[in-house]
Amino acid sequence: MSNRLDSAATPLLTVDAVGKEFFGNRVLEEVNFSLYAGEILGLVGENGAGKSTLMNILFGMPVISQTGGYDGRILIEGEEVRFSSPFDAIDAGIGMVHQEFSLLPGFTATENILLNRESTKYNPLVEVFGDRIKTLDRRDMRRRADEAISILGFSIDPEALGAEMPVGHKQFTEIAREIDRKSTKLLVLDEPTAVLAESEAEILIKSLRGLAERGISMIFISHRLQEVIDLCDEIIILRDGRVVKETKPAETSIFQVASLMVGRNVEAVSTERRLMEETETILDVQNLWVDMPGETVRDVTFSVRKGEIFGVGGLAGQGKLGIANGIMGLFPAGGNVTVKGEPLRLNDPALSLSRDMAFVAEDRRGVGLLLDEPIDWNIAFTAMQVQDKFVRKILGGLIKWRDDAAMREVALDYINRLEIRCTGHRQRAVELSGGNQQKVCLAKAFVVGPEILFVSEPTRGIDIGAKRLVLDTIRQVNEDTGATVIVTSSELEELRSVCDRIAIVDSGRISGVRDASRPAEEFGVLMLGESPSLVPAAATIGGETF
Amino acid sequence: MTPPVKNDSAVHKFTGTENVKHFLISNSVPIIFIALSAIAIPISGFSAGYLIQEMLTRLARNSFLVLSLLIPIMAGMGLNFGMVLGAMAGQIGLIFVTDWAVVGIPGMVLAALISMPIAAFLGFICGSVLNKAKGREMVTSYILGFFINGIYQFVVLYTMGIRGLHIPITNPQLVLSRGFGIRNAINLTGIRRALDNALPLTHNFGHFTISIPLGTYVTIAAFCFFIVWFRRTKLGQDMRAIGQDMAVAGSAGIAVERTRVIAIVISTVLAAFGQIIFLQNIGTMNTYNSHEQTGMFSIAALLIGGATVSRASITNVFVGVTLFHMMFVVSPTAGKELIGQAQLGEYFRVFVSYGIIAVALVLHAWKRLQERERARRGLRGE
Ligand SMILES: Nc1ncnc2c1ncn2[C@@H]1O[C@H](COP(=O)(O)OP(=O)(O)OP(=O)(O)O)[C@@H](O)[C@H]1O
Ligand SMILES: [Mg+2]
Repeated sequence: MSNRLDSAATPLLTVDAVGKEFFGNRVLEEVNFSLYAGEILGLVGENGAGKSTLMNILFGMPVISQTGGYDGRILIEGEEVRFSSPFDAIDAGIGMVHQEFSLLPGFTATENILLNRESTKYNPLVEVFGDRIKTLDRRDMRRRADEAISILGFSIDPEALGAEMPVGHKQFTEIAREIDRKSTKLLVLDEPTAVLAESEAEILIKSLRGLAERGISMIFISHRLQEVIDLCDEIIILRDGRVVKETKPAETSIFQVASLMVGRNVEAVSTERRLMEETETILDVQNLWVDMPGETVRDVTFSVRKGEIFGVGGLAGQGKLGIANGIMGLFPAGGNVTVKGEPLRLNDPALSLSRDMAFVAEDRRGVGLLLDEPIDWNIAFTAMQVQDKFVRKILGGLIKWRDDAAMREVALDYINRLEIRCTGHRQRAVELSGGNQQKVCLAKAFVVGPEILFVSEPTRGIDIGAKRLVLDTIRQVNEDTGATVIVTSSELEELRSVCDRIAIVDSGRISGVRDASRPAEEFGVLMLGESPSLVPAAATIGGETF
Repeated sequence: MTPPVKNDSAVHKFTGTENVKHFLISNSVPIIFIALSAIAIPISGFSAGYLIQEMLTRLARNSFLVLSLLIPIMAGMGLNFGMVLGAMAGQIGLIFVTDWAVVGIPGMVLAALISMPIAAFLGFICGSVLNKAKGREMVTSYILGFFINGIYQFVVLYTMGIRGLHIPITNPQLVLSRGFGIRNAINLTGIRRALDNALPLTHNFGHFTISIPLGTYVTIAAFCFFIVWFRRTKLGQDMRAIGQDMAVAGSAGIAVERTRVIAIVISTVLAAFGQIIFLQNIGTMNTYNSHEQTGMFSIAALLIGGATVSRASITNVFVGVTLFHMMFVVSPTAGKELIGQAQLGEYFRVFVSYGIIAVALVLHAWKRLQERERARRGLRGE
């Protein structure tokens, strides 16, 4: 679908020597590329390489002008533009799906998709009070929402409320919103697949390809390199704010892209195994059910040994995410859960926390961080609240003092261990890139040092080089503190590289628990449960092997 | 390839007791007041006929005012004292029609027409100020009410009635004996019960007779239809969006501040009409006091009806007005019967109206805290 061969055509988008500095911190330098109608451009780079910043410039986000604007030029169809707000960008035919969600919790999918572009009907009062007094044409709105959803090829309930949708559905709703906007010529997608399970991501990739065939150009940002190679016509690799290479999928490989991103060779994961001793059971779950929308758990029974890293895998929507959420009391649950030999009362989150359990939820956007506070604060906050860590007591506890030195030390340690890219431990969380915010979330849980740690989707949004760091840190925390870790992930390879045993969830039930050293195919069969007709191509089960 | 994504509905349904518990918690405020009434009514010794008549009259008198609070709540601006400004505008309209001796329904309509631009202007000011105080609308509008009240008093007390120089009011029954300024108590004989009795309806139930102010109820019904219809307009949809998340609504291109101002303007204009309806029922107007209690009593009634700062329905209005005024009628007598002191009942009445606002707000804050706690749990665990 590329018009590139036709040398006479003007590119839809030309980025000419664009640069950006945040208060002396240069994050983009001399970025050049162009994009033709119907082309899909993949933008890859490490966490903090400057991808989101570049897209914010393109979309006229206010944060850019508030921090001193940018250098260089952006041309749309040969004409220079300098958007002062996202509305200018939208008028010029640019649509953007941001790294964070922007859905209204009390609106249905339909209402969210058509937000501020609702279909309306005339009534006589319009003559007096103007167009805004037109009544909504609910039926037509529903039709348009159905249409946008069907172009996506993913079924979302058009009447589901934003607050009650599973994460993946939220993402599709956001994209459907851009599809409904008929004037969109260029669609910017900032990590649209990060919150999706692999199967959902595949559907998305397919529908994006369909959109490109309709002539819509796209800029696609992702840390899942296989997707980028599968989907894109052109790939641009950013490192430290510079374009280090522009290439085509056919001319490259995941390994090459990954190496260029990090600037050194990325080795494939060596899955060294350790021998797990037969320790006592620390967590025993019997007949657990959890009523979590889109991730219903029906009847789950398993037990975890002390000091183990236990994996929970499975396809999207089968209930793997519901297990941790149910045990931690975030959704209504029932059944028998025994922690360290004592029964745990369900549906009581405070209790779950007080019993030395901690949870890193899968949906970390928004609730995970105190965005206006510095990194060290964010990392120490929970431990301080729950356990009185980082508190110096004077006069036998009468006066409590925040121990800034200790907070600094632990923050610097994790900044170092997880390679959090920042200007220092006092930088505000809001100024970090998406992936680096994620790392702060994880550091926070590690600092609490619970006996049982639930981590859902630990490497979501983390670049290929840093994934290893995150998994290693989980392993390290487990070994150093003896914490039992329950990792939930949709990436089987990730689970296989870090866990001792893995349970696979299918249709709300556990279809099997296997040693992590068993071959991937064995897990693949378990994932599909008793419905072999759904077997996807073997390659998609494995995912990226990094 | 078939997408291997299955989505079955939840197997677990909430049990009966869970549902009941949820119902009790979310309706705790009205339930408490129903219980209080159930205790106080028999003690007071009022007859059913008397109470029914009282409630019918008071519902007609107050519902319109309380309904005017709904639209700003929809726009996420909370419980708003902006309506007090509307009440003042309504009173200014009434002063003029009384002076001109326009009577009956035409008098009310004329008063409404006069008050409309004044209310709209005051609403515009109020909305603009509230845009500078997002999230603190309730307190800000309360204080703004005091400020505008000062201006109102100045206008009414000093500028009205001075011949040739100021606003011409000639009727000596309105003007203070010193020659300018409006008297404190104005007899609204011209429009008294004009709307209530426009469609007379009385019914004899044997030992008691009930008269229903049908004209007013028809007006209130029209207002309810307006609100239901308004929710379905583009403007209503925009207000709902803003009420949920100003940032998201703004980034979708909705003119947030402008829409908020419109919400307040609509509310003040309707409150002006509401005050006119209220006063035609009472029949006399306390020029310097009538509007002051309007805001507090309307908000109290709405909260008692089970509304919150962020959610309020038409049902909340009617339930709230009924319960609030039931307490209002019954408690002084009940207090007297119980302790032998009418004064105590009077205290209780004041306590009810102010205390309930505090209680309802505390309950609301508590509920919000629970929600935030829930969000923080995710955070805490991390
Ligand atoms: N508002 C801001 N103020 C200061 N620095 C900022 C701000 N926003 C981003 N940065 C910095 O700019 C750099 C690039 O961030 P950006 O969000 O573009 O990264 P990214 O490539 O999208 O990474 P990720 O893959 O983690 O999302 C980071 O070092 C970040 O700290
Ligand atoms: Mg980013």
